[in-house]
Amino acid sequence: SSHEHKLNFKKSKEVCLSYIQDAMLQKQWKRAAEFLTSYIESLEKDYSREYMGPSEIIWRTGTEILCHHSRSSMKEFNSFMEQMKILGVKRYLKVCLEHAFHLLCNGLIDEAYQNLSLAESWRFGEQTVIQDKEMKLIQAYRGLLDYYKWSKQKNILLEHGEDGFEDLSVEQEMHSCFRNAAVNLKEIIKIPGIWDQFVKCYVDLLEFYGDHKEARKVLHDYAYNSKFPANPNAHVYLYQFLKRQGESKKSLISALKNLHDTVPSHELMIDFNLMLQKSKKKKKRRLGLEVIFAALDYAGWKENVKAWSCLAKQLKQIVMSEKHLDWLKQEWSSRKDWWPAFHFSRYLGKRNWQENQSLSYEKALVAGILLGKDDKYFKYVSHQGCKARMKRFRVLKKFVHKHNPVYMRISG
Amino acid sequence: RDFNERCAQCSEVNWGLTDGGRFYCRSCHNVTERTREVVNTDFITNTRVQTISKGSRKQKKTDGGCEWYVCEGFQLVLKKQAEALEALGVCPRMKDEVLCNFWRCYLQKSKQAYCIRPAGETVKALSVCDSSTDVDSDPERSSLLHLLSLSESEGDLQTDNSFASSTSKVSETQEGTSVCSGSVDGSLYLKKNQKEKLRMTMPMTLSFCYMALLWLREPMTLSDLLRFVVEGHIPYLNVFQHFPEKMKLCGLDLKIFCVESYPAYEEVYNKMVELAVFLDLPRFPDIRDSCFLHPDMLCMKYLMEANLPDELHNWTCRVVKKTGIGDVDFLTLVPGNKSTRKVKYDVLAAAVIVVVLKLLFLLDDRYEWLLSDFAGERNKNSKEGGPYFEFKKWYKVIKCSLDAKQKELDEERAKYLWRCEKPLFYSAEMKSKVLKRRQMVVNLQNQFGKLCGAVRPAEKPNPSSFQLSWSEENTDGSCFHGHSLKGILQEKWGLLKPMNPEYWLCTVKLCTEKVCGHLAHYSREEGFPQSYHFVLRLFSFLLRIQPSYIHDEVCVIEHKLFNRKLYKKPKYSTGLRK
Repeated sequence: SSHEHKLNFKKSKEVCLSYIQDAMLQKQWKRAAEFLTSYIESLEKDYSREYMGPSEIIWRTGTEILCHHSRSSMKEFNSFMEQMKILGVKRYLKVCLEHAFHLLCNGLIDEAYQNLSLAESWRFGEQTVIQDKEMKLIQAYRGLLDYYKWSKQKNILLEHGEDGFEDLSVEQEMHSCFRNAAVNLKEIIKIPGIWDQFVKCYVDLLEFYGDHKEARKVLHDYAYNSKFPANPNAHVYLYQFLKRQGESKKSLISALKNLHDTVPSHELMIDFNLMLQKSKKKKKRRLGLEVIFAALDYAGWKENVKAWSCLAKQLKQIVMSEKHLDWLKQEWSSRKDWWPAFHFSRYLGKRNWQENQSLSYEKALVAGILLGKDDKYFKYVSHQGCKARMKRFRVLKKFVHKHNPVYMRISG
Repeated sequence: RDFNERCAQCSEVNWGLTDGGRFYCRSCHNVTERTREVVNTDFITNTRVQTISKGSRKQKKTDGGCEWYVCEGFQLVLKKQAEALEALGVCPRMKDEVLCNFWRCYLQKSKQAYCIRPAGETVKALSVCDSSTDVDSDPERSSLLHLLSLSESEGDLQTDNSFASSTSKVSETQEGTSVCSGSVDGSLYLKKNQKEKLRMTMPMTLSFCYMALLWLREPMTLSDLLRFVVEGHIPYLNVFQHFPEKMKLCGLDLKIFCVESYPAYEEVYNKMVELAVFLDLPRFPDIRDSCFLHPDMLCMKYLMEANLPDELHNWTCRVVKKTGIGDVDFLTLVPGNKSTRKVKYDVLAAAVIVVVLKLLFLLDDRYEWLLSDFAGERNKNSKEGGPYFEFKKWYKVIKCSLDAKQKELDEERAKYLWRCEKPLFYSAEMKSKVLKRRQMVVNLQNQFGKLCGAVRPAEKPNPSSFQLSWSEENTDGSCFHGHSLKGILQEKWGLLKPMNPEYWLCTVKLCTEKVCGHLAHYSREEGFPQSYHFVLRLFSFLLRIQPSYIHDEVCVIEHKLFNRKLYKKPKYSTGLRK
């Protein structure tokens, strides 16, 4: 550009834009504002054929600058957004929505609510139809804010209730918020998508007013409707609901099974394993073993005492009963090449012992069973434990030595 | 005899004539470059001016505007430009005599005015709906324009009012001016067959200006002129905002008068030459060796600006002499002569300097640094006689300044504001929309302007002929004017010769302009030394032109300089010995 001696409007604005972008990347907001001031002129030119015209560019860059510039205020920001709304009818609802987000991020919930309400009542011929998606989002977010208001009212009432005061107006308002919220939330979750927050709020409302049937239906749909994108959280919500409702183990297990399939490392896997271990059915117990092994494949679980204790418990049981050793063999065959280095290195032995004795205990048990009494991890930890005269380590040592032949049979 | 200026030295008005035809002050013997040769403005061959029936200008009913023709608009533009040039110090004769007459001549030649019209022919503007009508077939509605005339009572041509006073006399009624332009003949204008009549455009106004400057041999090169235009000292962009209220612009007028770019050097220059031919101008006033535009003078200026030692001037003069480019017949513009290559004075001077640098320093990325090291050693050990010029030091200083200035320039261009207060719209329906937009733009600019920090006044840099200046008073040694070239010269038989025995040609064979528009190909042959690129970059920045133009000129000069060696003995490769 420095050698481009032909100076024309279009080129000079292109260069200007690149300066704005550079300044923004380097967080030089004053400088960005300077160049933007000059770029704004391009609004007076016709760029209708371009993919992204100056008005959109100005909206986006202007927003960024106003967000970060030290001297800008919320008032300035609001007035800027109002201008942006006027600027592009085709973008009107999008701008409204983003404006509302910014207000929410700055804690201006009432203003956000007003904005959304205003946007909801916008009509502009054909555009209203074209921008239908944005309208739905606006309604959904307003619904969310209605829920928030409802929630506040509810808390007020609960407080007053404790004190014995009754507040009719608050209660009425609360109910009307509920109605507004429910309508909008219900609408949005019909559309295939990820609506975690909306679903949670909606279910909360339904539960409060005792409509458990609807709540279950909503959650079930959200988790199992094939049109919706796969969403592990859906299963979590369903599980939590079922648990609250005191549902049978069977339905709880089936809810968690889906979670295990999609996110084997989910924190609920511990609960899942515990449930499965207790089951009378072989298949379930088998699944439990699979679940806990799968969870411990993940680095995030390496130091989770509970998980290790679950595994240890189940392994101990299998070894003592000498039944289902083939299960162990199956699970271990794909892991025996890398679990030793991953979990049972000598270094980890030392570290675990120093930092968390319970962890080392559980792990040592697992190591001893799976890798035999000569495994370095087991040897080190059990030795340390015995040195420290801790009873359980002595017990552990004895146990592993006793059942050593088992190891031979699994590892073969 | 009519020379009434005060002497620059003694402020007296007491002039005599030297043998060379120049004025000299009898009191202090200060010789000027003004010659007695008065610029002859009588070049309009056909000076018959016809006055037509004077009708008063019609008022348009709709918006208080009046009828106006495109060439009136251009006339106003030229007037404004001439006034600006005068404010910059250009001789007032430019506006009142030279430019004015050039313009009238143009109007006459392009049959827009000052010529005989058969009676009964009217001017009718075609509206766009009538585009199907074949213009030529219907003489009644043919595209002749009205006639300008001077009312006889207004006195001689030399007055300031000469531009403002021309009024348009409409000969017959117009049936309805074009709906698509504020001017009467806007749509017509754009349809005209360009090739025949050299249709007037905004860039051409600058060609007019330059032509007038050249005629008067004013000390302003084309690159200076264009730079002043971009810097805003000479109206060009948005000049229409100075049109009087009554002259409403809309529709197609915008295409004619509203520009969104600045023309390039080549464009303005070529148009100027074309214009000079079109106007049948005779040989321009001679460019002699005391004239600012002569390479000797311009080289001196550029050497100063480039912070190079004054001693280099001897060498530029030698090159100029040897190649014959200082010859008055070479330098003076003769429009009619198609065979001679037209001279771009600024580019020529820059190229001469580049050639001299190559002669003395070789610029092969090795030798100049070697020489510099020698000079550096010498400077360390001895201070007597002043410092020797060290290429390395010069390079550092210049690179630093050049980079800073280039960066500044780039940023200025990025921040350039193109729009002006006066809103433009294609049609009345668009007016409110345009005004609303404008309002929004102004609001947004205010909002973000406040975030810029300290208030920056909208300053135009003071117009200056020099973009870089160096002062010998700076103690940091960053001024090289007084440095000596002794380190790189040797004496042989009483003559000073460069120590550098070699030279490399930029190109062995010159291309022709017909084939590719250039005589050489700068960008394609990237194998040039970095020092050469640097030097080209420096002058490219100063003149605001592509380095390839300077490179072309360098090639031409080299070929002239080494003419004998090149063309008598064809078997030379690049790298000749002198």
